[in-house]
Amino acid sequence: MNIEQASAKELLAHYQAKLDEEAREAKKNGKLVCWSASVAPPEMCVTMDIAMVYPETHAAGIGARKGATDMLEVAASKGYSIDNCSYARVNLGYMELLKQYAKTGVKPELLAKSPAADVPLPDLVITCNNICNTLLKWYENLAAELNIPCIVIDVPFNHDMPIPDYSKRYIVKQFEHAISQLEGITGKRFDYDKFLEVQKQTQRSVAQWKRIASFLQNEPSPLNGFDFFNYMALIVCARSRDYAEITFKKFADELEEKLQKGIYAFGDNEKSRVTWEGIAVWPYLGHTFKTLKNAGALMTGSAYPGMWNLEYTPGDLMSMAEAYTRIYINTCLENRGKELAAVAEQGKCDGLLLHNNRSCKLMSLLNFQTAELVSKKLQIPYAAFDGDQTDPSNFAPAQYDTRVQSLCEMMKK
Amino acid sequence: MSRIHDIISQLEQVASDPQKAIESYKKETGKGAVGILYVYGPEEIVHAAGYLPVGLWGANKTITQARAHLLPFACSIMQSVMELECEGAYDTLEAVLFCVPCDTLKCMSQMWKGKAPVITFTHPQNRKIAAANDFLAEEYSLVRTKLEKILNTKITDEAIERSIEVYNDNRKAMRDFCDTAADHPEIIDPTVRHAVIKARFFMEKSKHTALVNELISELKKQPIKPWTGKKVVLTGIMAEPAGLLDVIKNNGFAVVADDLAQESRQFRNDVPAGKSPLYRLARWWQELDGCSLATDPTKPRGQMLINLADKYDADGVIVCMMKFCDPEEFDYPIYYPQLHQAGIRNTMIEVDLEARTFEQVNTRIETFAELLSR
Repeated sequence: MNIEQASAKELLAHYQAKLDEEAREAKKNGKLVCWSASVAPPEMCVTMDIAMVYPETHAAGIGARKGATDMLEVAASKGYSIDNCSYARVNLGYMELLKQYAKTGVKPELLAKSPAADVPLPDLVITCNNICNTLLKWYENLAAELNIPCIVIDVPFNHDMPIPDYSKRYIVKQFEHAISQLEGITGKRFDYDKFLEVQKQTQRSVAQWKRIASFLQNEPSPLNGFDFFNYMALIVCARSRDYAEITFKKFADELEEKLQKGIYAFGDNEKSRVTWEGIAVWPYLGHTFKTLKNAGALMTGSAYPGMWNLEYTPGDLMSMAEAYTRIYINTCLENRGKELAAVAEQGKCDGLLLHNNRSCKLMSLLNFQTAELVSKKLQIPYAAFDGDQTDPSNFAPAQYDTRVQSLCEMMKK
Repeated sequence: MSRIHDIISQLEQVASDPQKAIESYKKETGKGAVGILYVYGPEEIVHAAGYLPVGLWGANKTITQARAHLLPFACSIMQSVMELECEGAYDTLEAVLFCVPCDTLKCMSQMWKGKAPVITFTHPQNRKIAAANDFLAEEYSLVRTKLEKILNTKITDEAIERSIEVYNDNRKAMRDFCDTAADHPEIIDPTVRHAVIKARFFMEKSKHTALVNELISELKKQPIKPWTGKKVVLTGIMAEPAGLLDVIKNNGFAVVADDLAQESRQFRNDVPAGKSPLYRLARWWQELDGCSLATDPTKPRGQMLINLADKYDADGVIVCMMKFCDPEEFDYPIYYPQLHQAGIRNTMIEVDLEARTFEQVNTRIETFAELLSR
């Protein structure tokens, strides 16, 4: 592929496939593969040339391709409750099938017919609880089921802001501990010069990621927030590689061009602008988007992609610790409200649409309280719907449509 | 025997009427109570201030007001706690300590509806490295400072050290009690066992210790009689409401040991020695193993349950699964096959603090009893 001439969309597909291919190649060649939580710091593993796979993105992909139900059933057969996070259940179901395959040499039927991207079993896992403690339990189980090392980066819940230095020091100690764990696992010395370069690369990717988000300020907007969701795959899976930077730069350049030419996401039909609070409903991404589109409601705000605005000073571990712990859902309600209001303000939003996500307590249980703060500050209405990030059985299109309709009516007033 | 019944009745009264226990403490000492919200808090710091630490573990309540604040998939205990917050049940407390070892607790700490001030603190989850203790000692230091301000009193290191000793004495007494109770299921049935343990959440600990030690010594005077029923180990967050334990009792089960967050997980380890009292309290968390809320990639819970069942010659394990508690639900698929492989029979019942009828639980427990009799 000609990287220079490819569109952002082509680059996105290319690099996603390439990352999976690299993981498979690594496995084949006896190199290490790590499964990672989506906002866990990849910098240490990337420095160590470990191939990374991201189960949340992988599960979202399975959900979007309508393949979640089979994996959910495998997880249920292993004793997982339907109350558990559906990303975790899809992934633990997928892991179980890979395990059976590795053990018997026969590809289980459900795996063979799954639309899931083909990724290899991990040799180690790394998790971080900046977006939920579920990721601790889920990765504990992966490590136990596969009998492999688990690297934990625990970022304590910030019940008060600002973040105290003793919390950052604790996180820095964990980075150091992770490095020594990795040296033990790989048998190699950690290359601190390369680490610095990886940190710099991460910052270049994050800068382009933020540049994309900045287009949401334009009224009308050339960027549809749902497209932004699609590009998340690379900020999750490749922020410490140049794949993310190259793709995001191309996407931002394309948006720049659209803006200059007056090409907008909804043409001349942008009637209102909404902030989407929560994870996408991946199995119903099309439906959730179209309902809004038919109402002329463009999504120009979401705090979700902003969780990867991981800005820090390369070489400064305290600063890196702060970047990984200040994720808005890892902070007190007051700060959550402030962050979400900033997102809605930046996107010039007329209302908030809240996803009460059965799979994500941390992103849902404070929805109303956070929305109240934002609503009071910006004088905008909100509406909520029940859904789930990857379990299609927890979403009812009709309820969603009704809630969007009522939000649109409130926004008109 | 009459002294045994006296002590049991005294502890049962305390366990069933915490409000009264708080009032009598106030009358006696002139000082009030501080709530320690589910699940683990540094009670010793409150005790050192001369205030009564009171465990807040919800109640058997119909959920009405809480619905306006909490989505239906939050766990049953937090629904119940929210209902009590809305009712003002916690408003007589001077303060409430709030730990956040799961996502629901993080959110709950940010939507407190009671009048008492809340002090939130975070347990570290990368628990086995020394830096985790440093972090938690700092959190406890903040808890101390905030408490000092609210209670308008100084809480010295020496006082906390003394309280740690009082608490370690109580922990030892509780472990002894559980062992002794296992020898006397004809006297200490599952309901009584629970009440004796629960009373420790509402009494000044040295008083509770004295009563429990006396109970132990009275029990030891009784002959050990052969138990014709079945023996079980309970695991989970808690075994409430009372109707649930009644079902276990009425089906002829003796609880010979437990791995419940409300019971043995509170006292199976002492606070270890260390360089400062707050650091010692932090290390208690580091050493707490086998709890779903304390991260541990080695997943020791299954083996711990197997060891408990072996040690107490239990016929099986009853999993008391808190409704919508994802940490507990994540542990189950790991320890269930381990129990199965070790030949330890088990069953799962749902813990719903809102429950008024227990037919479903009864059916499961009856079936389990029949299974164990085969």
